[in-house]
Amino acid sequence: MREPSPLLVVENLKTHFFTRRGVTKAVDGVSFTLHAGETLALVGESGSGKSVTCLSLVRLVPEPAGRIVGGRVLLEGEDLLQKSSAEMRRVRGKKIAMVLQDPLTSLNPALTIGTQVGEVVRLHQGLRGTPLRERVLEAPRRLRIPAAGTRLRHYSHQFSGGMRQRVSSAIGLSCAPRLLIADEPTTALDVTIQAQYLELLKEVQASAGVAIILVTHDFGIVAAIADRVAVMYAGRIVEMGSTLQVFDNPSHPYTRALLRCLPDVGLKREQLVEIGGQPPDLARLPQGCPFAPRCPERQPVCHETYPPSVPVAGGHAASCWAAPGAKTRA
Amino acid sequence: MRAARHDVPWFPGLVLAALVFTAVFAFYLAPHSPTAGDITQKLIPPVWMEQGEWEHPLGTDRFGRDVLSRIIHGSRISLIVSLIAIGVAGTIGTLLGLISGYRGGVTDAVLMRVTDVGLSLPTILIAVVLVAVSEPSFSNVVLVIALLLWPRFARQMRGETLAIKEQDFVALAVVAGRSSAWIISRHIFPNVVPTLLVISTLQVGYVVLLEGTLSFLGVGVPPPSPAWGLMIADGRGFLATAWWISLFPGLAMVLTVLSVNLLGDWLRDHLDPKLRQLGRAAVLEAPAAASVGSPVDEAPVRGAAAGGDGA
Amino acid sequence: MKLEAIGLKKYFPLTSGFSLRGPRGWVKALDGVSVQVAEGETLGIVGESGSGKTTLAKLFLLLERPTSGSLLFDGKAVGDFGREDLVRYRRAVQAVFQDPYSSLNPRMRVGQIVAEPLPRDNGMSRPMVAQRVAEVLQLVGLPRESPALYPHEFSGGQRQRIAIARALVTYPKLIILDEPVSALDVSIRAQILNLLKHLQEKLGLAYVIISHDLAAARYLATRLAVMYAGKLVETGECDAVYAAPLHPYTEALLSAALPLHPSARRQRIVLAGEVPNPVNPPAGCRFHPRCPRVLPQCSSQEPEWREVKPERFTACHLY
Repeated sequence: MREPSPLLVVENLKTHFFTRRGVTKAVDGVSFTLHAGETLALVGESGSGKSVTCLSLVRLVPEPAGRIVGGRVLLEGEDLLQKSSAEMRRVRGKKIAMVLQDPLTSLNPALTIGTQVGEVVRLHQGLRGTPLRERVLEAPRRLRIPAAGTRLRHYSHQFSGGMRQRVSSAIGLSCAPRLLIADEPTTALDVTIQAQYLELLKEVQASAGVAIILVTHDFGIVAAIADRVAVMYAGRIVEMGSTLQVFDNPSHPYTRALLRCLPDVGLKREQLVEIGGQPPDLARLPQGCPFAPRCPERQPVCHETYPPSVPVAGGHAASCWAAPGAKTRA
Repeated sequence: MRAARHDVPWFPGLVLAALVFTAVFAFYLAPHSPTAGDITQKLIPPVWMEQGEWEHPLGTDRFGRDVLSRIIHGSRISLIVSLIAIGVAGTIGTLLGLISGYRGGVTDAVLMRVTDVGLSLPTILIAVVLVAVSEPSFSNVVLVIALLLWPRFARQMRGETLAIKEQDFVALAVVAGRSSAWIISRHIFPNVVPTLLVISTLQVGYVVLLEGTLSFLGVGVPPPSPAWGLMIADGRGFLATAWWISLFPGLAMVLTVLSVNLLGDWLRDHLDPKLRQLGRAAVLEAPAAASVGSPVDEAPVRGAAAGGDGA
Repeated sequence: MKLEAIGLKKYFPLTSGFSLRGPRGWVKALDGVSVQVAEGETLGIVGESGSGKTTLAKLFLLLERPTSGSLLFDGKAVGDFGREDLVRYRRAVQAVFQDPYSSLNPRMRVGQIVAEPLPRDNGMSRPMVAQRVAEVLQLVGLPRESPALYPHEFSGGQRQRIAIARALVTYPKLIILDEPVSALDVSIRAQILNLLKHLQEKLGLAYVIISHDLAAARYLATRLAVMYAGKLVETGECDAVYAAPLHPYTEALLSAALPLHPSARRQRIVLAGEVPNPVNPPAGCRFHPRCPRVLPQCSSQEPEWREVKPERFTACHLY
């Protein structure tokens, strides 16, 4: 059951990096909404802006080079971009949790796992003593970390990669956040361990009602667990819709090209259709649509103006001049 | 501090350039002879004081030798000692470090134990003993310093070698059928050069100080050489009265060592990260500006580094 | 051309530093693997971490020596190689590794990098070398000016092309591809996979492709070998294995590999537990602690490697 009002509303988010080489528009006008209990996948390649988007949501963009230069991020109605650092600190961990790609560096090797979980719980829930201990046991148990009681006294190097990722997630989930942002959480994991982890994630979501933003470059993962998917390219969302909609009817040439160029474990393809060219230089984006130089369906207008978001079906839209219904300027 | 990476090190660069210039052209620059003194001119204070003269801008010592000229010639000694000692120590140390790191096993274990011994020797004490056993001379000083210096190079270079050995291009060179000698000289060595430069630069300061100390103790370059350490020693008895005899060579030493260290730091900041950036970290960045267009027959954009030096 | 591995084992000693006693134990990275590659075919080796696939690649490339077992190249045992044989082997068997950044020496020009495998001594003259380099660079689709440039002037995908060019320069018969596209952007992977396929057809190359990405392996491989904890669990013709895996691990592995459509789902088998400790692998069948179809004898008896169906081999008590 969807709650009527969305948990997260992102409007026209822009995050730019200012370096000697110029301005890199890592995120350039990203908008989406997310409801409780929903999983949104942000898909794209390196440089698409998906990771920077996540960092922007929690305002952890590396400064001074990076700066959020525009937009609004409304979490339960409140604009996170307007909050003070102290207020943000209360949001992070409590309302929004993050799980990152590398389980090795996400955990402090010098502290026991129990300490690290406890740290977060104590900070956000103010628990001490027995209630703290019980809370600390909950999350690892929920993430099926075997013998959670004893293992809480262990250090990160005593866990395998998959386990570490679960521990990181346990830390993230220990304060029952409303939103979990997972940035490529399974990229460093073996495929069978990845399957375990994704199952677990789905279970936790079902029981705790947490919304998940999953950043990935793997369409297989998207197909497996995402409810909705946003395809990103050069700092913008080029297509967004439910997973079924986007897979069945990819409406942006980039999405189509991506799906066609991936080898599928399910069938033996004769030929992978390549996407020509190279990913764009974010410091020197061409005028108009950034995908135009590589797009098999480009038209003159594509090189001049960035295409508007064209609705394809209910809840499914693509930013493309070639999408049916796109009104080309005279 | 990131911005500082691109600041050109004006101050140390200029100072060191001046030092080298002075050392090379000492004979033309020094107004007087560094060793022949006029006893009637002894203990003249620097020019800005009473009884000072322009003839001797920084004063004279107790033998009537011009302090400025001595300092100028002293720079030659410091420079030559540094160059030779570091050259010798660097060559031996690097060679041993490369071989030790690449071969590993018993060779490595043995060489590293020898290096350990070398590193744990009490520098000054050994120098004093060694020079006392022979006799103070220029070449002995250089030798002693080189002997004490090579373990540092060996250790660092071994560390670098170990890191570079892990790179795939080394394994691929083996797969290509290349010999160890080739791999060490064509793959490992060129990649340790930046670190070698940094270490060498940073050792100059150490060598200058060491030479100064040895000379001060009387077991370095023998008098009447205008070595800065000797000058400081000479002025020891006059610190209250003719302080300029010790102070100026001391300042010269400080300035030199400081500049060299600043330059070394800049080199380290500037050279190493570039090397590291060419590794994994760059993969996560947008592969920007390295090339444009489809793979066939499209020219890459020149001079743009993949991963660059941006955020 | 035929490369054959017979009962290859590679154990790494576990020592604590400079101990004078023997090793405390052994990491059994490879524990008896027999597999072969013939001219023109592509053997896909798939497995997860700890499977031993990377160690197998190193043995193929003579970067490590086996603890026991033998490697035969065109019938001759590598252990009996003389100098000439070794040179010939090195020319016939080349490699492309995963990381396009660490595969190329940043201080060498592309021309030198690509020419490295070519013989120096009484081999080829400078113009001949330059010509061959130009040839292979064109084969992989890199611009003419490439030889004079440095690796950092190229993108990840292009660097992998340089690595491939270098592997082609000695007219090899077999190229070992160790995760050739895993470190590349998704849209670039297709380019490189297509290139590899095209080169194979054009030049009659054999490949051994090692991958944890089952989809990429499927695209290139004609035969598949599945590894687990240092042992082979199944081999067979590629499509046959994908369509109907024999060994429970293969089943689980394939079901974990995610297809590209929300509704295209295999029977999802989620394995419990972790990859076993290579120092102390489980007794009997190494997979038995995690096997959804475990039988009583699996924990005590190691299953035999048998041809269960024509051209389909596996080691499992179910058969």
